[in-house]
Amino acid sequence: MNVHYLYSLLAVIILGLIAYAGSEGAGLTWLFGLVIPYVALLIFIVGFANRVWGWAKSPVPFRIPTTAGQQKSLDWIKSSSIDNPSSTPGVIMRMALEIFLFRSLFRNSRVEISGDRLSYKWVIWLWLFAILFHYSFLVVVIRHMRFFLEPIPFVILMIDKVDSIFQVGSPVVYQSGVVLFAAATVLLLRRVFVPKVNYISRAADYFPLFLIIGIAFTGIVMRYFAKVDVVGAKELAMGLVTFSPGIPDASIGGIFYAHLFLVCVLLAYIPFSKLMHMGGIFLSPTRNLANNSRAKRHVNPWNNPVKVHTYEEYEDDFRDKMIEAGLPVEKE
Amino acid sequence: MADFPKPKEMFDSIDYALPEKQWEDVPPDLSPGNFCYPTKRKNLEYLGLPANKDEWSPSDEDWNLPDNWQTIIHEGFKDLLGKYRSLKIFMDTCVRCGACADKCHFFIGTGDPKNMPVLRAELLRSVYRNDFTMAGKILGSIGGARKLTKDVIKEWFSYFYQCSECRRCSVYCPYGIDTAEITMMGRELLTLLGLNINWILEPAANCFRTGNHLGIQPHAFKEMVEFFCDDIEDITGVRVNPTFNRKGAEILFVTPSGDVFADPGTYTMMGYLMLFEHIGLDYTLSTYASEGGNFGLFTSADMMKRLNAKMYAESKRLGVKWILGGECGHMWRVINQYMETMNGPADFLEVPVSPITGTRFANAASTKMVHIAEFTADLIRNNKLKLDPSRNDKNIVTFHDSCNPARGMGLFDEPRYVLKNVCNNFYDMPESTIREQTFCCGSGSGLNTEEIMDLRMRGGLPRANAVQYVHDKYGVNMLACVCAIDRAALPPLMDYWVPGVGVTGLHELVGNALVMEGETERTVDLRQEPLKEEEEDADE
Repeated sequence: MNVHYLYSLLAVIILGLIAYAGSEGAGLTWLFGLVIPYVALLIFIVGFANRVWGWAKSPVPFRIPTTAGQQKSLDWIKSSSIDNPSSTPGVIMRMALEIFLFRSLFRNSRVEISGDRLSYKWVIWLWLFAILFHYSFLVVVIRHMRFFLEPIPFVILMIDKVDSIFQVGSPVVYQSGVVLFAAATVLLLRRVFVPKVNYISRAADYFPLFLIIGIAFTGIVMRYFAKVDVVGAKELAMGLVTFSPGIPDASIGGIFYAHLFLVCVLLAYIPFSKLMHMGGIFLSPTRNLANNSRAKRHVNPWNNPVKVHTYEEYEDDFRDKMIEAGLPVEKE
Repeated sequence: MADFPKPKEMFDSIDYALPEKQWEDVPPDLSPGNFCYPTKRKNLEYLGLPANKDEWSPSDEDWNLPDNWQTIIHEGFKDLLGKYRSLKIFMDTCVRCGACADKCHFFIGTGDPKNMPVLRAELLRSVYRNDFTMAGKILGSIGGARKLTKDVIKEWFSYFYQCSECRRCSVYCPYGIDTAEITMMGRELLTLLGLNINWILEPAANCFRTGNHLGIQPHAFKEMVEFFCDDIEDITGVRVNPTFNRKGAEILFVTPSGDVFADPGTYTMMGYLMLFEHIGLDYTLSTYASEGGNFGLFTSADMMKRLNAKMYAESKRLGVKWILGGECGHMWRVINQYMETMNGPADFLEVPVSPITGTRFANAASTKMVHIAEFTADLIRNNKLKLDPSRNDKNIVTFHDSCNPARGMGLFDEPRYVLKNVCNNFYDMPESTIREQTFCCGSGSGLNTEEIMDLRMRGGLPRANAVQYVHDKYGVNMLACVCAIDRAALPPLMDYWVPGVGVTGLHELVGNALVMEGETERTVDLRQEPLKEEEEDADE
C-alpha cells in the first residue's frame, strides 16, 4: 500500500477547511474572494504560457510520428490518411480525434494469461471514464460562465437547460456535476485498487483527483444542500471579471469560499503539474507531424557536424586488398 | 546452457504480482545473465566516445565512473532538453494512466513493473523533476523527484537495455509518449559516462571502419556475394553478375550486412540478386556503404548520423541516380525519419523512377531511397515478373511486421501484397499482434546478444505466442519478415517456443517463386532443400 493518497486527501481537506474557517470564522472574505482568485489566475496564465513557451523553445529536430496505419507509397495501395497522415489535413484529423475523442486511449487492451496462452482483450473502461470525466468537467466550466457574464449568452443558457433536462430535484440537478463527481471517483478508486496503477501512482496523481472531487463535492453541497446565496455569488464573480472587485454585503457562506479556493488552488497548480497534458497533447511530435519525411525535407536547426569515415580513408585502409580482389579504386 | 528453463517453466514463472516495496526502493537485478556485456574500451576509443575510468562489469559494486559524473549527466540532460521538444513534452505530460503498462513485450514476458513503459520513463522523469522543475525542487520525493545517485545510473543501465525501442506503447499512449525516444535519450546519457554495451558498440565501430556491422572487409564482401552467385547458378542454372563499387550505375543497392553473413538472411540476399538479374536492373553494390542497418540509432543521434552518412556519400561518389534499400527494420526507421534531415539534402540524386515499370516513387522524392518491398510490389502489380507461387507450397506462411517499418514508417500492405503473389498459403496472425500493434522479436535495438537469452525469450514470447496460434490453427510453418535482426533473432525464438516454424525473408520467397529467363527446372529451393516435402521423404 502506498501512503501518497492519504497525504493528498489530507492536503485537500486542510485546504478546504482553511478557506471555510478563514472566510466564515476569521472574516477574510476579501482574501479568499478577491485577492486569491486574482493571484491564482495570474499564476495560471503566466505559468501556463511559460510552460508552453519552454516547450516551444526546443526544436523538433526529427520527424518522428508514430505510424499507426499504412503509409502513402504506391498509388494503388490505400493509405491510412488519419492514423498515418502524409499531409496537414490528415494531421489535423488525427489531432482532432486525439483531442476530442481520445483516439489512442480507445485502443486500450488488456493482456491475460489463460492456460499456456496469452490473450488480449479490448477494454473500454479507462477510455469511457476519461471521456466522461473530461466532458462533464468541460460542461461544468461552461455552465459556470453564467456567473461571469451578464446578460447570459444564449449558448450557455442552452447548455444549462440541456444539462438539467431531467428536471429532477430542487434546485434541479445538473447531470454534469454528478457525472464529474462519479467519474473522478472511479478514476480515483482505480488508482487505489488496481494494483498496477496503484504501483505507479504518486501524490501528484492523487492530489489533482482529490482536488477536483473536492471542488465537485463543495459545489454539490452548496447548490443542493447549503443552498448558498447565488445572487451574491454572481455579484462577486461579476465584480472580479469587470475589475471592480467587491464582497457582497450579504454573506454567501463559507462553503462557497471553500469551493472557490479549491478552484483557485487547481488553477495555480496546473502549470506545475501533469495537468499540463492539456497543452502538451497539442505539441506531441509523435502525433502532430505528417509521416512525409521521405517526400519532403525536414530541417533540423541544430544538425550537429560529426566526424565521418570518408571513402578516401576507407580506400587508404583497404586499397591493396581491394585491388587484389578486382574492386575498382580511386587511386591505384 | 544446461540450467536454461524449459519453455513451460519460463511461461509459468511469469508473475504479475507487484513487489512490496515501492519501485524507487527496488534495486535492479545485475547478476550475470541479466545484463548485456559492457563495451570493450577499444570501441569507445575507436569511435572517440567518452570512457569511464577503467574496465568494469555491471555486476561490480563500483563502475569506475568519471569523477564529475553527476555534472556530465546534468549538463547532458540539459543539452538534450534544449535539443528535443519531444523529451520535454514526454517528461511533462504523462498522467500515469497506465494504458501503456501491459503493452510492452518485456513487461508481458518478465512481469517486472519497471518494464512497464510508464516506469521506464519515470526512471528519467524522477531525475528530471529533481534537476529541472520547480515543483520537484520544492516538494522533493513527495513531488516524485529523485536525486541522481550511482544506483540510479545502474537502474538506467539495466532498464534502458531492456527496451527494444519498438514504439508499441506509443500507439496506445493518449499523448503519444514514445518510450523509444526516452530510451534513446537514456542511452545517450549513459554513453556520456562510457557506459554502453559491446553488442552495440562493436558493430558501430566495425561499421565506421569497414562499412558494415560485421566488419567484413571489401574483398571478403565481394567473395561472399560471389559465393551466393555460385549457389544461384547451381539452383537455377542462371549466372547472376552483381557489380561492386561501380561508377555510373543507375541504382545503388544497400542492405543490412546480416544478409551477406548469416542464414537465413543469405537466402534473402540471393533472392535480391536473382530479381535484379532477371529484370536487368542497372545497379551496383558498395563495399564502403555495405550496411543498411545503423547501430548508431541505439547509441546517439550523432553516431547514427556518422554511420548513415556513407549511403549518400557513396551514391554521390558513384554518381547513381537513386538508392534502393533492402529488408531491414531499424534501417528503415533511420531512412524514413532521420536520414535526409541528418545527411541531406540529397540534391545530387534524382526522384526514384523504376526503370522497369516507369513508376515514379513520389513518396521518396526527397530522400531518393525506395524500399525493396515497394519496388517489388510495383513490379508484380505491373506484371513484370513471372511467378510460380507453387514453388513455395511447402511453406505455410505468416508475416511478422517488424517494429520499425511498422510504427516508424507504416510499411504494411506492400510486403503482404508481395507475399500473396509469391506463395499460396498465407495467414495473418491475430489483429492485436500485427501491423501497428505488432510485437517485437524481443531482441531489437542491439539486444540480440547471447548473454541475455532469458530476457530475449521472455520479450519474444508475445510474438511467439501469436505464431503458435496460427501454427495450431492453420499449420503455419514459416514466419516471413523484412528485417535482418528478425532473421537472426526469430529462429532461436521459434526453436524455443514454437519448434517447427522456420524464418524467412520476403525476397527469399520471391527468389523461390521467380521464373527466371533461361532457368533450368528447379527441384530445390534457395536453401537447396527439395521443393516439396514428398521428395524429401522419398530421398530418405
